[in-house]
Amino acid sequence: MANQDATPEVAPKASFFNDPKIRGIFYQVLVAALVLSAFYMIAVNTAANLERQNKSTGFDFFWSTSGFDIFFTLIPYGRASYYWEAFLVGLLNTLLVSVIGIFFATILGFLVGVARLSKNWIVSRLAMLYVEILRNVPLLLQLFFWYFAVLKAMPGVKQSYEWLGAIVLNRRGLYLPAPQPDDKFIFVVIALLIAVVGSFILRHWALRRLEATGKRFPVLWTAIGVIVLLPLLAWLLSGTHMTFELPVLAGFNYRGGLSLPPEFMALALGLTLYTAAFIAEIVRAGINAVSSGQTEAAQSLGLKDNDRLRLVVIPQAMRVIVPPLTSQYLNLTKNSSLAAAIGYPELVSVFMGTTLNQTGRAIEVVFITMLVYLTLSLSTSAFMNWYNARVSLVER
Amino acid sequence: MHKKLVSLALAASMGFTATAAFADTLEDVKAKGYLQCGVTGGVAGFSAPDANNNWTGLEVDYCRAVAAAIFNDPDKVRYTPLTSTERFAALSSGEIDVLSRTTTWTMSRDTQLGINFAGTMFYDGQGFMVRAADGISSAKDLSGAAICIEQGTTTELNAADYFAANGMEYNPIVFVAQDEVFAAYLDGRCDVYTTDSSALASERAVKTSDPSEHIILPEIISKEPLGPSVRQGDDTWLNIARWTYFAILNAEELGVTQANVDEMLGSDNPSIKRLLGVEGDFGTPLGLDKDWAYNIIKHLGNYGEMYERHVGPNTAIGLERGINALWTKGGIQYAPPVR
Repeated sequence: MANQDATPEVAPKASFFNDPKIRGIFYQVLVAALVLSAFYMIAVNTAANLERQNKSTGFDFFWSTSGFDIFFTLIPYGRASYYWEAFLVGLLNTLLVSVIGIFFATILGFLVGVARLSKNWIVSRLAMLYVEILRNVPLLLQLFFWYFAVLKAMPGVKQSYEWLGAIVLNRRGLYLPAPQPDDKFIFVVIALLIAVVGSFILRHWALRRLEATGKRFPVLWTAIGVIVLLPLLAWLLSGTHMTFELPVLAGFNYRGGLSLPPEFMALALGLTLYTAAFIAEIVRAGINAVSSGQTEAAQSLGLKDNDRLRLVVIPQAMRVIVPPLTSQYLNLTKNSSLAAAIGYPELVSVFMGTTLNQTGRAIEVVFITMLVYLTLSLSTSAFMNWYNARVSLVER
Repeated sequence: MHKKLVSLALAASMGFTATAAFADTLEDVKAKGYLQCGVTGGVAGFSAPDANNNWTGLEVDYCRAVAAAIFNDPDKVRYTPLTSTERFAALSSGEIDVLSRTTTWTMSRDTQLGINFAGTMFYDGQGFMVRAADGISSAKDLSGAAICIEQGTTTELNAADYFAANGMEYNPIVFVAQDEVFAAYLDGRCDVYTTDSSALASERAVKTSDPSEHIILPEIISKEPLGPSVRQGDDTWLNIARWTYFAILNAEELGVTQANVDEMLGSDNPSIKRLLGVEGDFGTPLGLDKDWAYNIIKHLGNYGEMYERHVGPNTAIGLERGINALWTKGGIQYAPPVR
């Protein structure tokens, strides 16, 4: 096609029906029409079948009372809440476990990936063992293992581990003191924001100065200092009082405070350990992909060990690492749907499980759920593509 | 991910299956030569595979009774074990012909899911089971408890209603499969296990190492009329599902048993004559043989016999007839007459 477009004069004058361009358009329109009519047929047929079975359809159920409870929610929720609130609870729980899983899996994955390249025989073999075992056992099985392992390892409510009267661990979860800030706490938050923004400006300035004068400035330590000191100062000056709500044993269980149920811990643990194994392989491949000549060149420039890794090897490895890393992040998010099996109330469990079953709106609910995962995947992928464009080799 | 695929396949199959496929379930069943019956994954006494891997139980006997009515052979049934979240999709997509799985007859299910209930095989109510060591004697003491519940059930909604009505808090720990719910309770994740009281009795009798360590609280917090259901829009099939159940009830009322059914063929009682197809023809209007009810009773006995065989006082599950006795014996099981 491209050739013919490029040299239209040379192309022999064909009849209308034999013109490759016309033919190309004709077949594309034909395929599009077939696909569309297939979708149309499915839609019409589904509607007719639902109608004949006297099934209710539509999205109006979103605004009816759900009638069920959920035990782990980030927003207030009760039996009188609406189905859209149940949807939101599920979505937020999915996001929570995905973000936490991605954060820890990335850290662990990088550590294990680097460990696999270690010259220490034991360290590299241990890392290999980790990767091979975790990668080759189905995730669902691992989730069951972690859930029951976590559950079995913990003491009953009456025999709870207690530390300082504030941290409690038992079979129902991990209980932490919940901070209860007063109104003046807002100053501390503002101070923290200023410190963070200031650190970015500092980094920018330090880079400029490095390029101009060759003098280095300890950006990291200064930034940490500022981020710790400024909010602390604000705390002392504003006179804010922070009280803590402590978990207290009442009846069946501890109440008050922040609680992390074993379902959440098992899921976060399972997803993190599983995905970290894949990330480790990606990191290893990425570092291996940087030719040893680069290291040697950096050495001959007199760069310190630390700088050599930070300024030469890692930036080049990132080009190779980021695209497959993206798909691991997507996998982790999608895999969180397996949580339904161990009772963590995320989107699939709350929405495609309970809500679908109580309302019977299978098609609507499945459609929305797919749309959510699609949106999550596409936005993760868009962000990572943006990041990839930043770290990729700038070709001139 | 797996569940997602199933649902997708369901949505697609609902789209593609031609209207005709649902229109005449009896013809379809006769053509394929067996009945596809949806049952519970494993609640002893209601439906569970026995030592020889044959499905047995009260729900299973209902499936067998329908097969006996159609084929004069109770073994022409294939079983699909379903979780509570799968059951309605399996029925409406045509994967099963009849759903005989501890399913509560509720108004929203009857009017919005595109299914019809054939009757109430078992009048039940939701109860609570706790560990005896916890020293609880009433459901009113359960405030703050963690409660293990099966997902997508009326149980889940009743519990929410009950605790809201009594101003108590609780933590619902929800699992998809009944096995997991009970395992989590046994592992101490929950203080309480709640489901229909018949299933509580069944699980306690069969799945605990020492049944005396668990007590079932006296409160029954709901009405749970459990019965078989079929797809809406096929009245003949609904009639077969409904009258299979009525036939075994009428048989008990008339004193017709598996043992004496042949003798009863010679009975002078017109009601018995009509039931067994000796007088009149009550099979053809259903699309069945004249002796359809005789075949059911010959193979499986009457309702009372099924009850005694699977869940009655002499079984491990040990449920008294209670309100499930016939109306003539102080219960509420009541069938319209065959005439």
